[in-house]
Parts: sequence; structure tokens; C-alpha cells
Amino acid sequence: MTRIVTSSKRFSSMKPRKSVPLTIIMTVFVIYSLLPLVWLVINATKTQRDLSTSFGLLFGGHFALVQNVIDTLTYRDGIFLRWFGNTLLYVVVGAGGATLLATIAGYGLAKYRFPGRRAVFAVVLGAIAIPGTALAVPTFLLFSQLGLTNTPWAIIIPSLISPFGLYLIWVYAIDSVPTELLEAARMDGAGEFRTFFTISIKLLAPGIVTVLLFTVVATWNNYFLPLIMLSDPAWYPLTVGLSQWNAQATGVAAEPIYNLVLTGSVITIIPIVVAFLALQRFWQSGLSAGSVKQ
Amino acid sequence: MTIMRNRSAIRRIAATVLAGALLTGGLAACATTGGGGDSSSSTDLDAALKAGGTITYWSWTPSAEAQVAAFEKAYPNVTVKLVNAGTGNDEYTKLQNAIKAGSGAPDVAQIEYFALPQFALSDSLLDLTPYGLDSLKGDYTASTWGSVAIDGKLYGLPQDSGPMALFYNKAVFDQFGLTVPTTWDEYIADAKTLHAADPTKFIASDTGDAGFTTSMIWQAGGHPFDVNGTNVTVNLADKGSAKWADTWNQLVDGGLLSTIPGWSDDWFKGLGNGTIATLVTGAWMPGVLESSVPDASGNWRVAPIPTYDGKATTAENGGGGQSVVKQSKNPALAAAFLRWLNNDPESIKTFLANGGFPSTTAELKSDDFVNQEPEYFGGQKINEVLTQAAADVTPGWSYLPFQVYANSIFGDTVGQSYATVGDLNKGLADWQKKLVEYGNQQGFTVKG
Amino acid sequence: MSTRPADAPGRPRKDRRDWRGWAFVGPFGAVFALVFITPVAYAIYLSLFRQQLVGGNAFVGLSNYLQVITDGQFWEAFLRVLLFLVIQVPVMLALALCAALAIDSARLHAAGFFRIVLFLPYAVPAVVAVLMWGFIYGNNFGLTADLNHLIGFDLITPFARNWILSSIGNIVTWEFVGYNMLIFYSALRTVPTDIYEAADLDGAGPFRVITGIKLPALRGAIVIATIFSIIGSFQLFNEPNILKPLAPNIITTYFTPNMYAYNLSFAGQQYNYSATVAIVMGVITAVIAYVVQLRGSRTDER
Repeated sequence: MTRIVTSSKRFSSMKPRKSVPLTIIMTVFVIYSLLPLVWLVINATKTQRDLSTSFGLLFGGHFALVQNVIDTLTYRDGIFLRWFGNTLLYVVVGAGGATLLATIAGYGLAKYRFPGRRAVFAVVLGAIAIPGTALAVPTFLLFSQLGLTNTPWAIIIPSLISPFGLYLIWVYAIDSVPTELLEAARMDGAGEFRTFFTISIKLLAPGIVTVLLFTVVATWNNYFLPLIMLSDPAWYPLTVGLSQWNAQATGVAAEPIYNLVLTGSVITIIPIVVAFLALQRFWQSGLSAGSVKQ
Repeated sequence: MTIMRNRSAIRRIAATVLAGALLTGGLAACATTGGGGDSSSSTDLDAALKAGGTITYWSWTPSAEAQVAAFEKAYPNVTVKLVNAGTGNDEYTKLQNAIKAGSGAPDVAQIEYFALPQFALSDSLLDLTPYGLDSLKGDYTASTWGSVAIDGKLYGLPQDSGPMALFYNKAVFDQFGLTVPTTWDEYIADAKTLHAADPTKFIASDTGDAGFTTSMIWQAGGHPFDVNGTNVTVNLADKGSAKWADTWNQLVDGGLLSTIPGWSDDWFKGLGNGTIATLVTGAWMPGVLESSVPDASGNWRVAPIPTYDGKATTAENGGGGQSVVKQSKNPALAAAFLRWLNNDPESIKTFLANGGFPSTTAELKSDDFVNQEPEYFGGQKINEVLTQAAADVTPGWSYLPFQVYANSIFGDTVGQSYATVGDLNKGLADWQKKLVEYGNQQGFTVKG
Repeated sequence: MSTRPADAPGRPRKDRRDWRGWAFVGPFGAVFALVFITPVAYAIYLSLFRQQLVGGNAFVGLSNYLQVITDGQFWEAFLRVLLFLVIQVPVMLALALCAALAIDSARLHAAGFFRIVLFLPYAVPAVVAVLMWGFIYGNNFGLTADLNHLIGFDLITPFARNWILSSIGNIVTWEFVGYNMLIFYSALRTVPTDIYEAADLDGAGPFRVITGIKLPALRGAIVIATIFSIIGSFQLFNEPNILKPLAPNIITTYFTPNMYAYNLSFAGQQYNYSATVAIVMGVITAVIAYVVQLRGSRTDER
């Protein structure tokens, strides 16, 4: 990645002029991106009562954010915290495992020529074209036979597959791990896996971080599969929990808690945004490699 | 989740991967062979309570937690694992999946009356007659008992009930000089007056709701679904159905109904600020209003549901009970818990304290209950009206043995009449056509 | 994908068959077989049977497939997502492209800020995103209502029949425009600086640089983004399904093929037919994705 000069540097000598109209147009774009989030944060500060009486983009009569956060965290014996913990578990094991599997497999595809290699991508692409929601029943029945439904494994195991991650590492590894280096390691008598874990993995690091980011987002936002697989709220991730809270405003025993749904949504978004900002230096260089090839 | 279990699970995954695509019918088989059934009387239930054990209970009722706690206190040998597996259809989906998979279902599950025949028919629920629970018949209202006793078998015990009544916003009525309607004609007249006086206000909101429509047809004396084993008749053009559709057409055509979808955030706002002036719904509504529409405290009142001819008659809307699922490994204990849950005075008291409306005649008649004067309703003795409604429910109604599916496609058919301001009779005809088609595909003999 | 990895510089030895690669691909392959291949195979198996609520299970051959072919609801749903696809995907990708070019142009104040903020919505779970937009769309008391009130008439009615597809398209665009922008932007950054310098010496203006250098450099990224967007559109589910309670009659149970398959199995217990719909939809999606990929790579090698 060293040959890439950042864009601002690239042009600083040539075109120092900044365009105000362009900045204004992009600002409109930014407003579009931020407006719903601003709305969410503002409304997370309202009580259930203010929510239904005050204007959406203005603060309500009471600033109830702190109370809302407390209520969110303590509602039904603090089930939200449990969901938060579950989500962390699914993300750490699921996204971590997915990244590991994709890295090893993508590397294998890039650096070894073996029978069936070409079929792998076709099969992977073909399989992701089948709608996952429609495979829910077969998957559910299968997992049920294995005794995995209503356990964390029902969420973690399917999360271990990241087709896009596989593709990304595959393409990234071709350039970033020189075959000569592997040959040299073989000459020295190092085993294939040893070579991978001691030499190649370091060279792959930016790509790995990128895949990790994608899989973290995917597992953090995972909704449909847990909805089908889990019946016990004790194992819910945040997404399913929040939508159950939202749904409890319906019917005979309706108990709307929109204020907690909104506050919970804000709390759900924060960690993932922080992860984004923290990792952005890495994922940008990893992504470049993935998209330039192809 | 112990480590041992994880390991064996992983080993089983490995085995399955090896088996690959060679899945056989064994997986597809969904036969649920249930436990129990050999016990034969209520003494078995007492024995089961004494022996103790652990059972799982799925419910979304707000009172469930307190009820379970009280039960465990009374019977320390028994542990009840309470799970909120979702509200209504969300729970049924999960229950259906677990039944199809052959494992993972709870021992006791909350099921609304409209959904019960579907689970009963698929042989998923335990007949409680052998445990002697049929002897409790006299404790419940006729309409709720009729909803759980199907084809001579008892598939659950009723918990709540929802005889329909008219909830109206008195502040709005006073402001616009409306009189409380006793007939549907008066109701329509009020609707016109109100909307003409203030175009932002509506007599009611209705975007098409299967539960509401079936209840309204029930109230109009309709009997669109007739079920005799697997022989089903669907007639959504019968006298009652047409009577309701013709009446409601006037509201839909006139643009007199608000199109705010029920139970949305906007809907709760509308109930609070007078946009929606009345609610024709089940007797369980006061609890929802009190907890979820606090702004309108003091404004709402309850009246008997309007009628077509002045003769008091109403229908059930919503409500349900609990059933023992056949998968239960301890059916006697599950049945004993169920008996306590929906028949023990302490449990029912807890239920009422959480804003529920009972199905048991003793509570419906008790002075304590009838004479309550909730401040939210301006001190009106609302339970007088509501318990009278419970007595006025027209008997003999039945739901389809695939009502959950039927309700799911309501929006595709009758809902289209609402959306296009078309004739509801046509929407009902579409609905009927789809239901007949589906039923016959599923192996029923359906006449339409 | 279009270039074969093995032909890239530093290719592995060709001469002997080497099974070591499977040791690396094996773990991924095993899990993939469990969570993708096996359910697909099982779905195919299911699609050959018909189980009734009354009367049990019977082998019916291809009759479920014949039923899909003549199923008006399925094709209505299919055409709807097709319409969605041909409008939403180009709009989203064009917006993403413009944003990427703008950020890359170095003519923007605080480019780094724009980059991260546009990308932020991608971090928002679909469930939360739809809940938010659902509140905002509220015809009666939401932001939309406030806006209409200001204007004095119902200018925007997000849940009306003519609007609903655009309303969903807006949510999907909001969620994914930043993600695609970033993919394009990253591709732009890999263009070597000396090309720009040469173009500058030739007197090429900014638009000539865009059409002559930047867009060709983006072709690969555009193909990949298009394929994933097509798959996403055909699988449209979360957004309409979560919005359904707010637009109950407009969003039908067969609004998209995926919703149709879902409701067939979970509301109607027609597991067999649902599996058939899923497979037909999967085959169509795979074929279209393949064609796009083929066309994309062909122009690549011109």
C-alpha cells in the first residue's frame, strides 16, 4: 500500500483551491445522512409522553435522557444488558471466527493451486444468491435436529461464514504475500501453517482488519436468523430485543415503550460507531486492495 | 450450556456435515408424539404438584411474572421457567416451528382464542379432559369456554375475555355536541357530524384488521366459518357479514375513518389528542388506555356497543387462554400449573391487578370488580358496562382451523378495499376465495 | 472474480496437483457446507414434496415449480423488486459515485469528515434504521406530517401506494450509499499519482480526468458493488417487513419474493412451496449476478 499517496497530498501542490459550492452540495448530503440520527438522539431524550406530543426535531419539555438510559438498562431486570452481552459474545466469537476462517481460506485459495479451487467461488456466489430468509425453515429444522436451536451456537455458527470476506482476502493475498517469500520459508523447512501464522498473517493484516470490520457490522446487525432460531429472550441479541420491545405496543396487553426503544437504539449504535472510528485507518487501506482488483 | 453439551453438539455438527445433502425424510418428519395422557383425574394433578419438577411457560401477559412468582411460592417444589417468546403472532411462529421440529416447545403456552383451533387441529395441544379440567366449565363465561372446548375436547383454560364495547372520548363528544350512539346508524351520523365540524377528527381509526372485522361480523349475527372436523364452510357473504360490510362501507366511502394504523405510535397519539374519537374494541382496553394514553385521563368513557336493531348484542374481540403443549415431558404438572394459573383466586386476583379483564363468572359478578370507579374514566363504573357486555355475547361463533393464516392475508384482500375505498363486500369475497383455495390445498374439504 | 487470482503476479506453481490448499479452505468449507449447502439441498428436497395440514406428506415431483411459474403473486412480487432494482440501485450507486469523486477531488473542505459521516448510516442496524424512518415518515404526527402541515397540503405521503417503493428505496439508499461510496473511494485512491500529473500536463480538465482516468479505474469496483446491490434488491425483506405494520394494506404479504416465501412458510405453513419459491428466486438472482459479472469483466478486457 505504500505506493498510494493520500489524495489530499496528491493534489496539494497542483490544486490548492477548495470549492465552496462543492462543499455545500456535500453538506446537504451529510444532512441527509445525519438527519435520522439527529432525530433519534433528540427523541431519546424524551419521555414516552413527550414523544407523542412534541415536535420531532425539538427537545421535549423534560430532558429525560438520563432517566431513559437508566430505564433502558434496568427494564425487566436489566434484560437489555443481557442482550448487550449476548451481542458482544456473538460478535467476538462469530465475527472473530468468520474473519479467521475467511482469512485462512482466502489465503489458501490465493496461494495454492488445488483441485476444485475454481469451483469454490462459483459455489459461494451461487449459495448467497439464495435468499437467506427463505432458507430459514430448512436451517431451523436442521439445527433443531442437532439440538442447537435456542442456544448461542445457532447464531454463532452461521455467522462464521463471510463470503465477501473470503473474496476480499483472496484478492488481497495475491499481491500482498509474495510467493517468493513462501518458497524461501519452505526452503528453510517451515510447515505451511507455520509459515502462514508467522509470516503471511502479518502481511495480510490490513485486509484482515477490513474483513473483521465487515463481519463485526454484520453480526452486530444480525436480525433475521436470531429471530427464527431463538425463542428465549435470554439469548437475544440487541436487534431482536429492540424489535420485541417495539412490538409489545400491540394488542390486548399493549405496553408501548417507544422511549426505551429509541434510547436502546442509540446505545446499540454507539459501540459500532466507536469501532468504526477506531479501525478506520486500517480498513481504508484494506478495502482499496479489494476493490481495485476484481 | 455445559462444555460437555457443546462438545457433543459439535460432534453432531460434524456428523451432519459428513452426511451432507443426504437428508432423509427423518428430518422432515414432524410427528409429535406427546407425553402423558394415561393419568386420569385431578388427583393426579395434586400428586404432580407434590412431586414437583420444572416446566416452561411462554407468555407475554404483563401479569405472568407476578403469577409465576406466586405459584412458586405456593408450590416450592415446582420451578416455572417464564419465557416471553414474543407477542401474538411472533409467539405462534416460534411455537409452530418448535412443534414442527419436534422439540423446543414450552410445556404451557399462551394462545389467543382465534389461534387455538389451528394448534388444536394440528394435534399439538393436550386434551385436558383426562385430567378432569372439564369439570371447571361452570367457572367460565360460555363464550370463552366455547373457544377452548373444541369437538368434545378441552384444549386449554380461558384467561381473559374481550366482550366488545364502545369507548368514546367524552371531551370530543361534548365539544362537538355528539350524542353517544346506541345504533350503528347513529354512529355513522356522529361520524359525519364530527368530521364535518373538524376535518382533522375522525370517529374511529380503521385500516382493516382481521380480528376487528371478524368480531364485527360476529356482532352482526354472522356465522361465516363453520367447522366440522376437516369439513369447513366459509361464507363471508352471509347475512351478518353483509350487514356489517354495508354499514362499514358508509364510513369507508365517506372518508370518515382515520387511516392511522392501529397500535402505531401515531395511533396512541391520536387516542390522546382527540383525533380518534371512539374505539370499538374488547373489554381489555381500559388497562391499555390507562398505561399508554395517559394524556387523555378523564376524557374516556365506556358505553355498550351500538347495535343494528336496538337489541343488545355483542361479540368477543381478542382475549385468550393457556394450553398444555403435547411435547411436554411432564403434562400432569403442566396441567396442574394451568389449573392454578387460570382458576386459583389468588392468580386471578394478580391478573386483574395488572389490568386484565377476566373470563371467570365469579369475578365478573363480584361487587368488588363491578363497582370499581377508575379515575381515568372520570369515576364511571365502567365494569358495569363491560360485565353486561360479557353477558350479551352472541354464542355459537367459531374460527377457522387456519385462522392465523387467514388473518395474515386479510390485508391482501379486505385491506385492499380499505386502501382503494372500494366495496368491503368485494374484499370479503376475495378473502373467502383465498381461504377456500388454501383450505382445499391443505387437505380440508372447504365449501365456499 | 473476473481476473483469475492464479494468473496474477506471483502465481503458485502449476505443475503438480497440490492438495495442501484444501487444508486451508477446509474449515471454511465445512461450516459453509453446514450453513449454506445443506439447507439449500434440504430446500431442494422439500420443494419436491407437498405436506398438508390434513393428509400428510406426498412426493409431487416438479409440480411446485409449475405452480411458481403460474403464480401471479410471485411474479407481481418479482416485477416489483425488479422495478425497485432498476431505479434504486443506479440512483444509489450514482450518488455514491458522485460522493466518492467529490471527496477524492481534494476540492472539498474537511473531506475526512464527509467520508466518515456519509459512511455512518451503514453502522446502524437495519432494524433501528427502519424504526427511525418509520417514525419520521409518520403521516399524522411524524416529521412528514409537520412538513405537510407547513406547506398546507399533503405533499409527501410515504405510506401511500404510489410512494411506498420510493420510501423503501430511500431507506435502503440511506443505509448503503456510504458503504458503496467507500468502496469507490478506495478504488480511486489506488490510481497512481503520475497519471494525474500527466493528464495535468496535457491540459485535461477535471471532467476529462473523471471520464478518462477515474471512471475506468472504478469499473471493477462498480461491477462488484452492482452485483451485491442486485442480490440485496432481490432479497429485499427487512425494510418492507418492519414497515408493514405502518402500511398494512399497501405492503402485502407478497410485496417482495422474499416476504412471500417467508409468509408462505411462517403464516401459511406451506414449507414446501416456500422452499420452491426460494430456489426459483435464488436461481434467477444467481443468473443475473453472473451475467452482470460476465459483462463487467468483458468490457474490462477490451
